[in-house]
Amino acid sequence: MTDRYQTFTRTPLGQTLVKNLGLPDPTPLPRWTEGSPVIDGPVVFGAIGETDAGKAIQALLRDIGASFSTATEGVASSEIRPKALVFDATGATSTADLTSLQRFFSPVIRQLAPAGRVIVVGRTPELAQSAEQQIAQRALEGFTRSLGKEVKRGATVNLVYVAPDAHEQLDSTLRFFLSTKSAYVDAQVVRIGTGPLVSNDPDQPLAGKTALVTGAARGIGAAIADTLARDGATVIGVDVPQNADALRTVISKIGGTELLLDVTAVDAPQRIAAHAVEHHGGLDIVVHNAGITRDKRLANMRTDAWDAVLDVNLRAPERITNHLLDSNALRDGGSIIGVASIAGIAGNNGQTNYATSKAGVIGLVQALAPKPMLTERQIRINAVAPGFIETEMTAKIPFTIREVGRRINSLQQGGLPIDVAETIAWFADPASAGVTGNVVRVCGQSLLGA
Amino acid sequence: MTETRKVAVVAGNRIPFARQDKTYRHASNSDMLTAALNGLVDRTGLGGQELGEVVAGAVLKHARDWNMVREVVLGSKLAPTTPAYDVQQACGTGLEAAILVGNKIALGQIDAGIAGGVDTASDAPIAVNDRLRNILLDLNRAKTFQDRLKVLARVRPKDVVPEIPRNAEPRTRKSMGDHAALTALEWGITREAQDELAYRSHINLAKAYDRGFQDDLLTPYLGLEKDQNLRPDTTLEKLAKLKTVYGKGETATMTAGNSTPLTDGASAVLLSTDEWAAEHGLRPLAYLTHSQTAAVDYVKGAEGLLMAPAYAVPKMLKRANLTLQDFDYYEIHEAFASQVLATLKAWEDPIFCKERLGLDAPLGEIDRDKLNVNGSSLAAGHPFAATGGRILAALAKQLDENGGGRGLISICAAGGQGVVAILEK
Repeated sequence: MTDRYQTFTRTPLGQTLVKNLGLPDPTPLPRWTEGSPVIDGPVVFGAIGETDAGKAIQALLRDIGASFSTATEGVASSEIRPKALVFDATGATSTADLTSLQRFFSPVIRQLAPAGRVIVVGRTPELAQSAEQQIAQRALEGFTRSLGKEVKRGATVNLVYVAPDAHEQLDSTLRFFLSTKSAYVDAQVVRIGTGPLVSNDPDQPLAGKTALVTGAARGIGAAIADTLARDGATVIGVDVPQNADALRTVISKIGGTELLLDVTAVDAPQRIAAHAVEHHGGLDIVVHNAGITRDKRLANMRTDAWDAVLDVNLRAPERITNHLLDSNALRDGGSIIGVASIAGIAGNNGQTNYATSKAGVIGLVQALAPKPMLTERQIRINAVAPGFIETEMTAKIPFTIREVGRRINSLQQGGLPIDVAETIAWFADPASAGVTGNVVRVCGQSLLGA
Repeated sequence: MTETRKVAVVAGNRIPFARQDKTYRHASNSDMLTAALNGLVDRTGLGGQELGEVVAGAVLKHARDWNMVREVVLGSKLAPTTPAYDVQQACGTGLEAAILVGNKIALGQIDAGIAGGVDTASDAPIAVNDRLRNILLDLNRAKTFQDRLKVLARVRPKDVVPEIPRNAEPRTRKSMGDHAALTALEWGITREAQDELAYRSHINLAKAYDRGFQDDLLTPYLGLEKDQNLRPDTTLEKLAKLKTVYGKGETATMTAGNSTPLTDGASAVLLSTDEWAAEHGLRPLAYLTHSQTAAVDYVKGAEGLLMAPAYAVPKMLKRANLTLQDFDYYEIHEAFASQVLATLKAWEDPIFCKERLGLDAPLGEIDRDKLNVNGSSLAAGHPFAATGGRILAALAKQLDENGGGRGLISICAAGGQGVVAILEK
């Protein structure tokens, strides 16, 4: 799944043409490799007053060994190219404080290194103590989303809202957004709540955990299985018998167990629970990745195409989740992760069935996240919403539509399965105990549904 | 309504089954069914007699054989006043025919009848494709010479490619073997277990021949005296060496050894009331007491193509107020070794039995030493519609030899269907 256009733009002839014709110039995005530091360059930190969140951010920056400064003037006039700009806006209590955003960013934004990171940390608006604070905090979203479109060369801008007293939960999320693991996650808004403090080895955050991945035989599912295993999890790969061979290839490499079944089968939830309990004593992570498309405009939609998509993409995750919760096969502190889609957010011509199912996945996250059945057991539920990801499936899209799909995002390129997998690994991390009820798009800030 | 009458299996006969395109390659379905039927008539001394009816069928049938069974009866040693009709329920045809005859006997509509089945994979019907067929039909309708020329001008080279029947499901276009391979994967049926079952089938059938069990169940045909597929000298090592033919890559487990080959053959079974049998100097071998059919939705993948018997059996057991363990013999048709093993595994599985069958407890294990004790389709071969008659006759005889007992018959069929029955004495 090579992006031939992007490869071409890296050639001397390509560079000349791109510059002179004003063509899209996608910067190759570095991806995380084992042993890489969280961030490989200087960080500039700014804040509106001294806050708990600010202290937590600075403690983390020290912890990961990042060289960081708090003075912007020095940077602006020097040759230093910051790899990340982190701004603590939790101290903004009224719209007057928004001035600080411009004052901090305008001088340094031009200096941001290629594939740089901008992270703004705010206070969850709904939990603000006053109307003034809520307005100011809500305003941050417009700032980060616009800045995401301005920064070039593979840089990303994200907003992290943290609840009062949840600053200790920031670590895993900041690590994710600072690192190349979030390469294709751009202009997203994440909400972090309170939760138990979990300290684990950031190199093996999932050690001792068991993860179920449906649709694990190929594409994004295979990348998810690989990534969760890399982070220390034992993986149960699920796929239909038709994909047995591909599944075996994936699982034999990472040493988990295989479970061949159709997730829509009436007894699939029971079978999954029984397999997990029998072979692994239970489950900690559930990734509902299995999904299908049967595209047709609604006027031409066949009943079986409608039903099949709803069954696989929405009803199966719903039934499996409910059973794993009811049967206690999912252990306390577990993490449930759905796979939605930008089609479920923005809608898509010819995908009424698919978009219905994917929007339903978002509904599943929003409905279950606050349920006492989950919160009392510290079980979290989140979803990723992939945009254009380079897979066997997208390789089959006709050339022109594929080219448009690839370019209509801030990073001007398609994402990779690993980008979705890394986001899921962050959700799965027990240290992300405060992350629940989130739907994070992995779309390079696609124009669709933005 | 009057009380129903007991249905006795009085006798059975078949011709040895031949491998496709071998000994019976020029024999038609009618030829083979006639041979099986005449053999039965000879052995039971029914020559010239009028029976209540003869019911049989073939899965692969020529269009000209639209009234096959009646034509076979007319050409047989039975009285020409014996009515007959054709049925077709894929591999369940033979057993379904016996159930139909049995039901009429039970209701007092007839006193005796013959059920049977035949199939040839060699003398297969080849049809012209739909386009050419339409052109030829239009030609027939054309009135003038010019019209006929116009119609004929529509013929294109591709139209001469004939349509040969395929062993594939029309709705999924997958062969039965490919469907079975998926079920084998889903249930984790190993190559070793399949080969072991195939091995036992050959050994058991070979033993049945050796002890003369088959002597009054067979009529030699075209010089063939034993089933051509039988390998009395096969070993687990030989079976283990065969290449897989269904499924892909390293997860494939199904070989030509643990899947039934395409075969030609025919069978027939005589059923009657006790009184009728006594009047004709015959005696019941066993009684057909219960039967059931079921079907599954394999098209959307909700269930495996060949898993319907797993549903039919518990329904029948409930009606008969029996458990799976209340049997002395189990005759599970070996379409593929994996089909038998997946069915048995499903019955042992608490989740399957609860969620799909709606049972509180699994049906449980069976004693494998009671399974297909005289061999089954893996060794004998499987001329689709003829298998039901082969199993009925052999199980009835086995129950009679045993001095009584109870046997379960389970046959899976194309289209996601299953036909099952109980024989008792």
